[in-house]
Amino acid sequence: MSINHLEKLEAESIHIIREVAATCSNPVMLYSIGKDSSVMMHLALKAFYPSKLPFPVMHVDTTWKFREMIEFRDRFSQENDLDLIVHINQDGVDQGIGPFSHGSVVHTDIMKTQGLKQALDKYGFDAAFGGARRDEEKSRAKERIFSFRSNQHRWDPKNQRPELWNIYNSRIQKGESIRVFPLSNWTELDIWQYIHLENIPIVPLYFAKERPVVERDGMMVMVDDGRMPLKLGEVPMMKKVRFRTLGCYPLTGAVQSEAGTLTEIIQEMLLTKTSEREGRAIDKDSNASMEQKKQEGYF
Amino acid sequence: MADKSYEIMQSDKIESDIEGYLRDQENKSYLRFITCGSVDDGKSTLIGRLLYDSKLIFEDQLKNLESDSKKMGTQGGEIDFALLVDGLAAEREQGITIDVAYRFFTTDKRKFIVADTPGHEQYTRNMATGASTADLAVILIDARKGILTQTRRHSFITSLLGVKHVVVAINKMDLAGYSKEIFDTIERDYRTFADDMGFSSIQCIPVSALKGDNITESGNNMGWYDGPTLLEYLECVDISTNEENAPFRMSVQWVNRPDLDFRGFSGTIVSGEIKPGDEIVALPSAQTSKIKSIVTYDGELETACKDQAVTLTLEDEIDVSRGDLISDRNNRPEITDQLQAHVIWMHDEPMLPGRPYLIKLANKTISGEITDLKYKIDVNSFDREAGKTLKLNEVGVCNISLNDKVVYEAYKTVPALGSFIVIDKMTNATLAAGMIDFGLRRATNVHWQAVDVDKSTRAQQKRQKPLVLWFTGLSASGKSTIANLVEKKLLALGKHTYLLDGDNVRHGLNRDLGFVDADRVENIRRVGEVAKLMVDAGLIVLTAFISPFRSERIMVRDMLEEHEFMEVFVDTPLEICEQRDPKGLYKKARSGEIKNFTGFDSPYEAPENAEIHLRTADISAEEAADQVIKAIEENYL
Repeated sequence: MSINHLEKLEAESIHIIREVAATCSNPVMLYSIGKDSSVMMHLALKAFYPSKLPFPVMHVDTTWKFREMIEFRDRFSQENDLDLIVHINQDGVDQGIGPFSHGSVVHTDIMKTQGLKQALDKYGFDAAFGGARRDEEKSRAKERIFSFRSNQHRWDPKNQRPELWNIYNSRIQKGESIRVFPLSNWTELDIWQYIHLENIPIVPLYFAKERPVVERDGMMVMVDDGRMPLKLGEVPMMKKVRFRTLGCYPLTGAVQSEAGTLTEIIQEMLLTKTSEREGRAIDKDSNASMEQKKQEGYF
Repeated sequence: MADKSYEIMQSDKIESDIEGYLRDQENKSYLRFITCGSVDDGKSTLIGRLLYDSKLIFEDQLKNLESDSKKMGTQGGEIDFALLVDGLAAEREQGITIDVAYRFFTTDKRKFIVADTPGHEQYTRNMATGASTADLAVILIDARKGILTQTRRHSFITSLLGVKHVVVAINKMDLAGYSKEIFDTIERDYRTFADDMGFSSIQCIPVSALKGDNITESGNNMGWYDGPTLLEYLECVDISTNEENAPFRMSVQWVNRPDLDFRGFSGTIVSGEIKPGDEIVALPSAQTSKIKSIVTYDGELETACKDQAVTLTLEDEIDVSRGDLISDRNNRPEITDQLQAHVIWMHDEPMLPGRPYLIKLANKTISGEITDLKYKIDVNSFDREAGKTLKLNEVGVCNISLNDKVVYEAYKTVPALGSFIVIDKMTNATLAAGMIDFGLRRATNVHWQAVDVDKSTRAQQKRQKPLVLWFTGLSASGKSTIANLVEKKLLALGKHTYLLDGDNVRHGLNRDLGFVDADRVENIRRVGEVAKLMVDAGLIVLTAFISPFRSERIMVRDMLEEHEFMEVFVDTPLEICEQRDPKGLYKKARSGEIKNFTGFDSPYEAPENAEIHLRTADISAEEAADQVIKAIEENYL
């Protein structure tokens, strides 16, 4: 008797999630509402069943997420009896920070990166789960599953703790913290297969539907609310689109698609060869940008 | 393989029967492997080529790769596959792979995770990290150079971490004229030295990562080779281990207690299988019970096996907590607090025998120390070398003493119960990784425990000579008062001391003893042993006991080395003692309420050659204490 690769990935992730609950004093699971987050939440529910999650779930809300994401978040956390914390960087809101007025870099830094640091400090979390995968991006391929952060939330890629077997060192000094990535060894296909197999609910934005979009800088942006300033001559067009990743709506490109079911999405993913983060404006600045962001405290 | 027809077949299947395709995917097996080699061996190129040829590179990545290749100019405008896998910015600039990077690819038969690790000696720890989760190792050899020191090192670490299967990829065959002779020679040499490294399979494959020969397709350049290509081999190699009838073991990771009615034990099964009704034992408590149910989110299971993360409930309410092991009742692992293990040191701070570290083993984190480095192993020559300490990237065989019992198995039997990490108590850094060879018997351990950190090193650390100041005299003669003053003075001098007082000891250690002669002797014997241990710990020990018999004082003197025992005779006349009588004992003795009272119906044998003789009738306690200090200073400090 032995288990297949998805079962093995599932068991490994559950082991990681339980280890944090058992050894850290104040952990939190970051919830981005995307498909990877949905898988991570599902694994956490499995890890502790029949207990409730022994830690809160936190969404760092930039105030620019798709409306459907927020609806999904609230419904999901209610249905699963989650202890949901929503954190918004109020300083950023007061300064009127937004992707249209300040650009993607400033917006992401203040509302997401600074917002996250703020929230971690505010609640004194010593461990935070994230849904990142090693196959997503080159610097992530080298990051540990238990990734240590200084009291300034900085990641030092040159000074990572060796991580052998499945023995994780979760010991830290006061003020330091750990980011934990239970999905490190999953690939995008694994995630989709698992969602398929386990019937995990995901935000409807992943499925193709007629949506109002405008084309900007080679990216199709959905007009999700009235805050999007239209340029002269820009008229939102109804197009059948879906999203491969989810984030702030002005920064997340839609792809034209006919895939209206889960299997069609997987089919489409397997037949088109564009890697996942292509749709995100944040990665494009420079090749090593993610590594730099992480060193500065981006998740 | 990755040839066109296969690819079209897969695309067809995805298009026409996505459900069927997904079913196929779910049942794929899984292989995790590590690649070992240096930059110059073309390791990154090899992995990049595997990803590229198995069509795992997306269009946008390919675009990036093409522009990067031109920018770097390393392959004269050709695609530089190495750029695909060298992740961190610093590494890309320096053209070296510093850390472990994990890559993912899949074929129709298997899913793969590749741990890409650096090959230089200063990155031995990174290689060990990658190897710790690998089923197989691909060891690269440059065909032009043959077996080098690093090949031996890579093979050694692979073997040390218990990786069973090795592929020797003899690379750069294009630069070696695709020569069969060269390949044959290297294969023969490799098999000769790797013969006794405990690998269950060794496959040698001649390849050119740069040109693609024998990576995913055979190519036309090495017709003489009729073995599998690298990818064919990785897809087909049988990595199953013979674990039929392996006994059940699960280390408890988390106790699941949602309410008073449910008590489950969550953990990952590390060996064997389990089903409801099975008889189990919880270790180390050795309480027994039966499995009641295997609880999961998806419902209760009829059976669960190795690698599954489950929650078990038991028929009986027995005490089980994190770090305990739930085991097959009829086949139990051993329990010990003394181990021999292979240790790889992974930190700049060297290993210090005797220093307390934290050891994390099977969900348990306990204090312990490396008592003895038996020998170091040169990772290049495999020679055993004597040494006192392990530096970064050094490997040694160590004896380890733990402050608590652990349930363990030898690393080669159940890796999950035989592997541990060593953590620094102050900085929390991961210092080392260890693999248990076997448990040690206590007696064996005591024997060598004394060898490494001994009395003199402990004393050196305290900058003093350990010593027993044995105060003897009648009850109420002033022993405790003077000893107490002496201790204060020694403390002020920066000395490390401990005062063993007669009354206090009788409240605890010697609570069971009375005042008949045999008990008085036993009282002194025990105090002597304790004082001896304290001297061994490097302390200056002050004892305040009547200790009426000369022979017992001599017995204690003889337990210690010369100059470690100083007898202090607190010479106070009986009359004065009786006048003082602070505890009213003399009064009781005189009235006959107390029997065997020293000086009355039990003798006091005054010392004949005490090192210090304090005539307290003439001096104050303070002056007496000063005399003692003076005597110690003159003779010892």
